[in-house]
Amino acid sequence: MELIAKNISFKYPSAKKYLLQDVNLELDNKKIMGLIGDSGSGKSTLCKILSGYVTKYQGEVIFDGKPFPKKGFRPVQLIYQHPEKVMNPKWRMKQVLEESWDVQDGDLAQFGIQKSWLTRFPQELSGGELQRFSVLRSMNPNTKFLIADEMTTMLDAITQAQILDTVLKIVKDRKMGFLLVSHDMDLVDTICDDKIYLKDINAAMK
Amino acid sequence: MDKLLDVENVSISFTQYTKGLNQRDLKVITDLTLDIAEGEILAVLGSSGSGKSLLAHAIFGILPENANLNGKIKFKGKELSQEDKEEIRGKGIVLVPQSVNFLDPLMKISDIAIGHCDSEEEKKAKKIKQRKIFEHYNLGPEVDDMYPFQLSGGMARRVLVSTALLADPDLVVADEPTPGLDEKTVEETLNHFKHMKEDGIGVLLITHDIHAALEVADRIEIFYSGYVIEIARQEDFAGNGENLLHPYTKSLYKALPANGFEVVKGYQPLHGEIINGCPFYDRCEMKFDRCKEERPELIDVGNNKKVRCFKYEEGA
Repeated sequence: MELIAKNISFKYPSAKKYLLQDVNLELDNKKIMGLIGDSGSGKSTLCKILSGYVTKYQGEVIFDGKPFPKKGFRPVQLIYQHPEKVMNPKWRMKQVLEESWDVQDGDLAQFGIQKSWLTRFPQELSGGELQRFSVLRSMNPNTKFLIADEMTTMLDAITQAQILDTVLKIVKDRKMGFLLVSHDMDLVDTICDDKIYLKDINAAMK
Repeated sequence: MDKLLDVENVSISFTQYTKGLNQRDLKVITDLTLDIAEGEILAVLGSSGSGKSLLAHAIFGILPENANLNGKIKFKGKELSQEDKEEIRGKGIVLVPQSVNFLDPLMKISDIAIGHCDSEEEKKAKKIKQRKIFEHYNLGPEVDDMYPFQLSGGMARRVLVSTALLADPDLVVADEPTPGLDEKTVEETLNHFKHMKEDGIGVLLITHDIHAALEVADRIEIFYSGYVIEIARQEDFAGNGENLLHPYTKSLYKALPANGFEVVKGYQPLHGEIINGCPFYDRCEMKFDRCKEERPELIDVGNNKKVRCFKYEEGA
């Protein structure tokens, strides 16, 4: 299973310069990759393109030999830095989870989620707790590839270790692909098999 | 000599409605103690949601209506009342906010930095000063006429820092200044704080970024579930963490990717779930029976270090 980006170029409609120009990337489920780049180099935009959330770009994204399905579940799931921004504030956590899939008790335990949290609203939980929900929600059985865009930047070191440990176990179990975007070089060096500098692939083309 | 800022046993709780007209008091910060001297950087380290931003709000007197604040906050030896805080904020103590979201999106940068002026002369004088400080932080004249959305992450940071310094403060409170920035910009931001320290300004760095804290701070205060559980010196965070005292601090240090990425089970008690005893009781490996019922006090262990754990009590 491969996620391939071919000659991706992107610019905001009002901007003069291209943010991404002729970016080529090949990712698969055999290696855990880290993506590194300066602030404003287009990492987050690239992640959105790779997961199919941004559609107005030039070039092609091919997943498993085909373009993305037009409707239905997205096989490439994106996890953002701020979990509180991707949850409906008027839903209880149970609804937030069930929006994606039918989560079993075992899955909750695996992520260290207490059952009493399920009846709470997002604002009643801390960032670390919310991120556990956000990650578990994207672990739908149909998810084939996971992109973590600064997933643990807002968390303390212990919660970071807990969440990533669980995620990596599941990724290996289900033979999923995993792309980690981070500023933390120690973290990238610890868990990724290989790393990509966005500046390099971008600059080589300019 | 009096400390610049002295916060003693501060607790903050919120009055909430539960059902109908029933109210409850939700304790968010239970016991917070800290002190900063001139030219010192103190980092308050705690995970998101542990209530550390409230500390900054308490110092500036901008807590919401339903908050109850207990304990003493002293600035230069004088205890601050709400009126004092309103008088002093923006002058003696300034805030470096987290992001440009705190700037007015419809105002030009230089107008935001200068702020309110009573007369034309005052405005001119401030404008000259603002230009000088901006120049010092490598912000050209073109920045003056920009709007907040036109700034890049690093530039925004420099604007926020230089705006704060415009008031010649004695104490700078920086709330989460580093997350989401790349290494270069983080380093640049941290250098600003080092320069402030050299100028004799006290800096209170509120952060969850342990790397940033270790980089600049003289002392680091660990915040857990509304308690200060340890105040350690920067040099204690080395080797295997054997100089760190509290078990939470030790496991925090070992959970860093560079130090073994060790996984510890459990989670921080949420507000309202905190037990009578030690807040770390559930996760602690060295707990005694008394930890469950009795709450340890912050013990001074010398060398400017403090820890909240029965293990370090005399005779224990």
